[in-house]
Amino acid sequence: MNRADDPHLDVGAYVLHALPAGEEAAFENHLASCPPCRLEAERLSRAAAWLAAAETSAPSADLRRRVLDQIATVRQVRSVAFASRRRRRRQRSVKLALAASLTAAVALGGVAWWQHSEADTAREQTAEARAGYREVADLLAAPDATISTEELARGGTGSVVASRARGRAAFIGAGLPPLGDDRAYELWYVEPSGQYRPAGLLSAAGGRQAHILDGRLDGATAVCVTAEPSGGSRRPTTDPLGIIDVPA
Amino acid sequence: MDRGTGAQREGDTQGRGGTTDDPRLNQLLIRTADGDEQAFAGVYDALADTVMGLASRVVQDKAQAEEVTQDVMVEVWRTADRFHPMRGAARSWVLTLAHRRAVDRVRSVAAGRARELRAAVREQERSFDTVAEEVEVREEQRVVFRCLAGLSHELRLPLVLAYYEGLTYAEVAEALSTPAGTIKSRMRQGLQRLHDCLEAGS
Repeated sequence: MNRADDPHLDVGAYVLHALPAGEEAAFENHLASCPPCRLEAERLSRAAAWLAAAETSAPSADLRRRVLDQIATVRQVRSVAFASRRRRRRQRSVKLALAASLTAAVALGGVAWWQHSEADTAREQTAEARAGYREVADLLAAPDATISTEELARGGTGSVVASRARGRAAFIGAGLPPLGDDRAYELWYVEPSGQYRPAGLLSAAGGRQAHILDGRLDGATAVCVTAEPSGGSRRPTTDPLGIIDVPA
Repeated sequence: MDRGTGAQREGDTQGRGGTTDDPRLNQLLIRTADGDEQAFAGVYDALADTVMGLASRVVQDKAQAEEVTQDVMVEVWRTADRFHPMRGAARSWVLTLAHRRAVDRVRSVAAGRARELRAAVREQERSFDTVAEEVEVREEQRVVFRCLAGLSHELRLPLVLAYYEGLTYAEVAEALSTPAGTIKSRMRQGLQRLHDCLEAGS
């Protein structure tokens, strides 16, 4: 289990900032594609932050004034939360690829392209789902549409198409593992306060699914996916399978 | 090191420190990201003493620790937009940043300190014992020390050397004459045990 080449092994040293710069960068690369590792890193970071509580020491009284003076002249960074430059590049290329696919989908008559690769499940697609794809294509046509993609903790990927101008967002899942009969995928808007707002259910069948999120995007900063009892929950009852940032 | 008597440490008054998801502090940091200077002052008041305590412990010099504290607080202002409440509490976010800054500071000034490592090991064990024996510590300190003390020596030392002394895993491995892979594994395991102990309600 402690094989030297197991990249997960580095998570403790990473959280303690005890990896040399090159290895730290390599591990961050790994984190970008390993949602379970990110969850573990977040969990261990909480523990590490406790170590900071071991001692407190009041800085001199005028440090507060100096800091407050200084920030008045420091410009704040506005960025997509947590997106590294590399990941933004990846998102752009995903966006291009998806946009091309959707253009093709529209050209081919909408649903056809999506089902091309899923011929076996095509018959199971409901009319509702077909309408969903058309709405997604429509949303992607919005001038300010963005696409963000994350790999999900138990396999598959989730993409969120969002348009702040239209106040709408859509979720496209690909390769979602099937859940048991008594479960369903549930989507959530993540509010700036950190609270979750239910945004609809996806079938437990998994695979490829597209869904226009229920309700308005409003100020939501991310879309989250969890597995819930079928019928859905009012609050997430399980750990997120993925959290997909929506650019501001 | 004094214990920080600042009357304004509002966010710091709960007995539990690093893991408490303090919604008020989260809100202050979110408002900071929107350019709210008053909210930022609230973040400063809640965490300056803890950031300064950590920086002092790592850099071992009050003047430098103040510089680190100032850098960290300005960085909090500058990058508050990257804070994501889903991914942990504001307090944890700020303290992670502070720890990185403080450690980078000692790394930049302490090249070639490998021969001091063994001294660092002895010093850490001594200071751990001393502080653990102190009677008058705050509740959250008591919790941290109790959980640290609950770890075996093998798991505790790598954590303490990396976190408080700013050693890399390779330096820890050298100081303890233990293979690097073993040290990495102990760091992960030690943090996990610490997490379980702290979350257990302490």
